[in-house]
Amino acid sequence: MSERQIQLEVLRYNPETDSEPRYQSYSVPCLNEWVVLDALNYVKDNLDPTLSYRWSCHMAVCGSCGMMINGEPKLACKAFIHEYTDQIRVDPLANFPIERDLVTSVEDFITKLASVKPYLIPKSDQPVSAGEFKQTPAELKKFKQYTLCINCMLCYAACPQYGLVPEFLGPAAISMAHRYNQDSRDGGRDERQEVIASDEGVWECSFVGACSEVCPKHVDPAGALQQVKVASTIDWYKEHLMPWMKK
Amino acid sequence: MNKPYVRSLSKTGWFLTQPRYKRYMAREVTCLFIFAYTFLLIWGLKRLAEGPDAFQGFLNALHSPLGVLFNLAVLIAAVYHSTSWFNVTPQAMPIMRGEEFVPGNIIVGAHYAVWAVVSLIVLILGV
Amino acid sequence: MAKSNKPIFWGLFAAGGTVTAFITPALALITLFAAMRFSPDMFTYGAIHAFAAHWLGKLVIFGVILLSLWHAAHRTRVTVHDFGVRADGLVAIVVYSLAGLGTLLTLYYLLYI
Ligand code: SF4
Ligand code: FES
Repeated sequence: MSERQIQLEVLRYNPETDSEPRYQSYSVPCLNEWVVLDALNYVKDNLDPTLSYRWSCHMAVCGSCGMMINGEPKLACKAFIHEYTDQIRVDPLANFPIERDLVTSVEDFITKLASVKPYLIPKSDQPVSAGEFKQTPAELKKFKQYTLCINCMLCYAACPQYGLVPEFLGPAAISMAHRYNQDSRDGGRDERQEVIASDEGVWECSFVGACSEVCPKHVDPAGALQQVKVASTIDWYKEHLMPWMKK
Repeated sequence: MNKPYVRSLSKTGWFLTQPRYKRYMAREVTCLFIFAYTFLLIWGLKRLAEGPDAFQGFLNALHSPLGVLFNLAVLIAAVYHSTSWFNVTPQAMPIMRGEEFVPGNIIVGAHYAVWAVVSLIVLILGV
Repeated sequence: MAKSNKPIFWGLFAAGGTVTAFITPALALITLFAAMRFSPDMFTYGAIHAFAAHWLGKLVIFGVILLSLWHAAHRTRVTVHDFGVRADGLVAIVVYSLAGLGTLLTLYYLLYI
């Protein structure tokens, strides 16, 4: 297996001693089939044990290794070394505060995700004896792609509107609301609309589309947000122009 | 110790930082051309209402290097708007047939086909 | 959080975006030809007046201009914000007023024809 010497430029920040972040360069002998996460692990194991970053699964399912690789939001475990030149720059995920080195604070996203009630809210309570809620393949297909979201926040790092207006609920949270709204077993849309149809909700989005370009799971959050806009607009016209249509 | 470091985007220069942001801004700026062009149409309508001489005056005013340049710029902006608009229709309005989504390129292709037909009709009516 | 009223404008923006995407390039091509004096019997007063005098023609012209205006106005509001101007309320008043003015003028001229 071929080996390549890669210069890894990593943004470092130590809250105890630094007033601002700085780049540190490591020379890493990388195997061709490595991903950037392997290179970081090599640094941590052999060159500098103080380097902090998050990861867990090494297979693009846990969503914890998101970072900026040459300025692009990427999962470090899915960014293959052979796709890069001999110099690779690694920054913490954009638009999030840096906690330490490549570790960012994710509270804002977690709060927003929770605020859209990302779980099934059945239309009516049923006793267990009534059996399971049935769903046809077509009904499943309607929302399946949104279930693939791994909460990696790459879409937030790509979204300039989130970067400019931090109150914005953002792509993944609204896509997740849309996922449950599209679910035939769910009856919670009215509750979620209160949150996502607000100014800081979907209306802060101007369809830049960057979120869908960087999403590693092809969730297409940008598409979900446009569908939410269309549905919310139909709601609005129904409510204000045809009040007799109100349930 | 908790002392997070906050990086912020430049309010006025953020769109220069990535090619995809530049493409987005180009798409957004097309609306200024469409805005101005619509007022040109309204002005033409006014001259039309005022009679044949006034309308001829409108055409004469249009017949100038500036008129040609403006219309050319609007044409380019309008075509950019159309392509950027049609290309994202499958995202905004997916269509389901039975158990499957209709493939995106079919939806986009249908829009381009309708665009061609509408353009032809408008051109035949107008020329 | 309160539900937003942006849907009023976004509805017009989206409808207008679709109409302008289909029609504006062809229109601009025609007016470009007119500006270039491509052919002398193109763009005659008689033909255009006849189109605009018919109620169906009026309806088409009004629809196209109305939707073009409100599409452009709303997107301008967003774009101004994207360029870093944060006076969104003021910008909204200005662009929507322009669109409203254009709409009224169109209505007036069409009734006049
Ligand atoms: S939508 Fe895509 S980019 Fe955003 S958090 Fe989910 S998986 Fe990550
Ligand atoms: S380590 Fe789990 S997604 Fe990369």
